[in-house]
Amino acid sequence: MSNPDDSARGASPWQRGGADDPRAHDDSCRDCVLSSRVRLARNLVGFNFVNRSTPEQLSEVVHRVQAARLGGPFEGGVRWVNVQATAALDRLMLFERNLISRPFVEAQHPRCVAISTDESTSVMVNEEDHLRLQMLAPGLQLRPLAARMLELDRTLERSLEYAFHPRFGYLTACPTNVGTGIRVSAMMHLPALRLLEELDKVQRAAKDMHLAVRGFHGEGTDALGDFFQISNQTTLGRTEEDLVEEFAETIVPRFVEYERAARRALLERDRLAVDDRAHRSLGLLRSARLLSLDECIKHLSRVRLGVALGRIEHVELAHVDRLLLEAQPAHLAHATGLSLGIAGLGSAGADDRAARATAIRGAWR
Amino acid sequence: MERTCDCCPNPAVVHEIVVRDGVKAEVHLCAEHAQERGFLMPTSHGPALIVGKLLEQAKAAAPRAPKACASCGTTMQQVRETGLVGCPLCYRSFEQELSPIIERAQAGACAHLGRHPAQAAELVDRAALRNRLARELREAVAQEQYERAARLRDRLGELGAPTALAPNGAEVAPDPMGDEERGGAPS
Repeated sequence: MSNPDDSARGASPWQRGGADDPRAHDDSCRDCVLSSRVRLARNLVGFNFVNRSTPEQLSEVVHRVQAARLGGPFEGGVRWVNVQATAALDRLMLFERNLISRPFVEAQHPRCVAISTDESTSVMVNEEDHLRLQMLAPGLQLRPLAARMLELDRTLERSLEYAFHPRFGYLTACPTNVGTGIRVSAMMHLPALRLLEELDKVQRAAKDMHLAVRGFHGEGTDALGDFFQISNQTTLGRTEEDLVEEFAETIVPRFVEYERAARRALLERDRLAVDDRAHRSLGLLRSARLLSLDECIKHLSRVRLGVALGRIEHVELAHVDRLLLEAQPAHLAHATGLSLGIAGLGSAGADDRAARATAIRGAWR
Repeated sequence: MERTCDCCPNPAVVHEIVVRDGVKAEVHLCAEHAQERGFLMPTSHGPALIVGKLLEQAKAAAPRAPKACASCGTTMQQVRETGLVGCPLCYRSFEQELSPIIERAQAGACAHLGRHPAQAAELVDRAALRNRLARELREAVAQEQYERAARLRDRLGELGAPTALAPNGAEVAPDPMGDEERGGAPS
């Protein structure tokens, strides 16, 4: 297993996705959708679930998965990280890069994660379920992601036997995740809806469509700025294709449409005020000497809106999205060599405002 | 003088006197042999507590006792407290209890559609059967029904080892004297 130290700074390779990258084929929703994620929950036959296993049994699960052929996105190389033996700062880096979940950072038991070279794919072993497979892509790309994910699943299934029930489908430690075990989500940027105080519209629609609305880093995290992760809660009684298609073709576009309508309304109401707001934030990020995480995210959100509306030129959405990652505490600490008090998962700790201001200030040249 | 075990020179800690058809028979056993013969041994208490343990065991077997998963020992109460089941076979053990919970969480859906590993259904059935046989084997040994135990062991052998065996081997190689049916130790 390697140490995550070699984790590239800055954006994940999948996030960079240039014009020649086949994954960057659809940017039509990038103004409102930062990234897409597909996750599968799987468990092995013959083992208790993680919550009911001994450390020895969990080590055996790790061993089994490491011996399995991963294939697909891992063909180009796989990095195994023994998370139990990894330093807190590095665990937090993996979390900020959305490669592992928050509970996985904090757990004590034997666990590891396989990461593909382009960081688009990771397999957490011994999270709540024996296997949590996930794939990430920039913008709205759920259908191709899901297709690749199901292919990876089939490959794994050749070497691992999954727990399955004829009526409940793929079995999971939490009874509410059974069935397909698939969770699709989109990280959305909804600043205009917040400005117009129409976020309750999102909440109501989400409730009607059985969706979960979560924060910047998924389950158990708060909304940071105007960023929300929307995901399906229904996993049983519908095929994978059906669930993904509805989410990608109906649900996400509906939220995108709400946000775009709000953006149009803002522009119609006072175009100059929208301009002013975006450029003030850009000016602040270019000049500030002390910058807290919350403040940084707030102004990056305003700049992102300005870029998406064409009010700020010469800045790309992907650049703003990269700064959203680089401003995170562990990334900042890693880049600057600061040692942060990371017990509180980045919220508390040493004062990193000066370091953040310096890093962000230098990012616009 | 202290009595020794009927089977070895160690001091006896279990003393059983049975009068059958007017004939009195005495059994004296050390801790190890008592366990082998199915007596539940308290760890640091006197023989008086054995009766209590046996009563507890009888209670646990009574239908009113809270149902536990035959494979991992998780109870429905624990599922409600933690929101998590203990093993794949919990879905068999608690199918009735879990169904309404799942339906509520899944907007009324109660049956899986979609992907289906080709051999999965058969594997779940085989694991359940293996588990049931292992339980019966333990009971048979505890009740000294050795012929029945041999038959059960043969049937388990015919089923073969599970392809993904629990590391503690609970499914296929049960400790015949184990007093619980745990597929794995609680975390």
